[in-house]
Amino acid sequence: MSFEVKIQTEDFDLSHEVAQLRSSKPQVGAVCAFVGTVRDRNEGSDVSNLELEHYPGMTEKSIQQMMVDAHQRFDIISSKVIHRVGVLGPLDQIVLVAVISAHRGQSFQACEFLMDYLKTQAPFWKKETGPHGSHWVDARVSDDQALARWGIDSRNALVS
Amino acid sequence: MKISIRFFSSLREQLGISVLEFETQSRDVSQLRSELMLFQPQFAEVLAPGKAIRMALNQVVCDGSEALSEACEVAFFPPVTGG
Repeated sequence: MSFEVKIQTEDFDLSHEVAQLRSSKPQVGAVCAFVGTVRDRNEGSDVSNLELEHYPGMTEKSIQQMMVDAHQRFDIISSKVIHRVGVLGPLDQIVLVAVISAHRGQSFQACEFLMDYLKTQAPFWKKETGPHGSHWVDARVSDDQALARWGIDSRNALVS
Repeated sequence: MKISIRFFSSLREQLGISVLEFETQSRDVSQLRSELMLFQPQFAEVLAPGKAIRMALNQVVCDGSEALSEACEVAFFPPVTGG
């Protein structure tokens, strides 16, 4: 069981990260990876760039805790999360969640679980810039609902 | 006791403060929020009850009832929007 969390400004290479994750592990039969990217539109408005802020220290700790939880819930061999911070533009990669397991079902589920968890519990904040200026992105109730499917109560998007 | 308070995202921008070294009389995180609201008018507005504010003590999300201790780190921030 191992967890790797990287918070970085640099881009990442999916093939390289997956190759590293499953290297020397012949028991692996399934690799599931999710990559989140910057869209050029959000909530009906054009987006020219995104600025991602985070809480150094707490970010890594909270994601590691999510990975511990994922390893307890699912029969997986290892997982890796990379999240970029700083200024990103449309087409840029933002986040990678990769999970390896013996069979596909567990890595599919764990990958989605980690992503749902990260969206509502990891301390990152997005600021969008478009033709009408900049604003901080609002949290979505649908992200809380996604985590609720796993039996976890998240109230991230609640007003108070 | 002396503690460290951190602000992120829109709260950091509204207050113009990232880190505040603060001498507090408060026992827990909720009391600290109230104490800050009396400390300066800009805090009263940003930290007002009913605002969507999340809190963390020593880098773990908390609900406000957790006790403060010497040199602890408290953070205030809006709902998270990563991923």
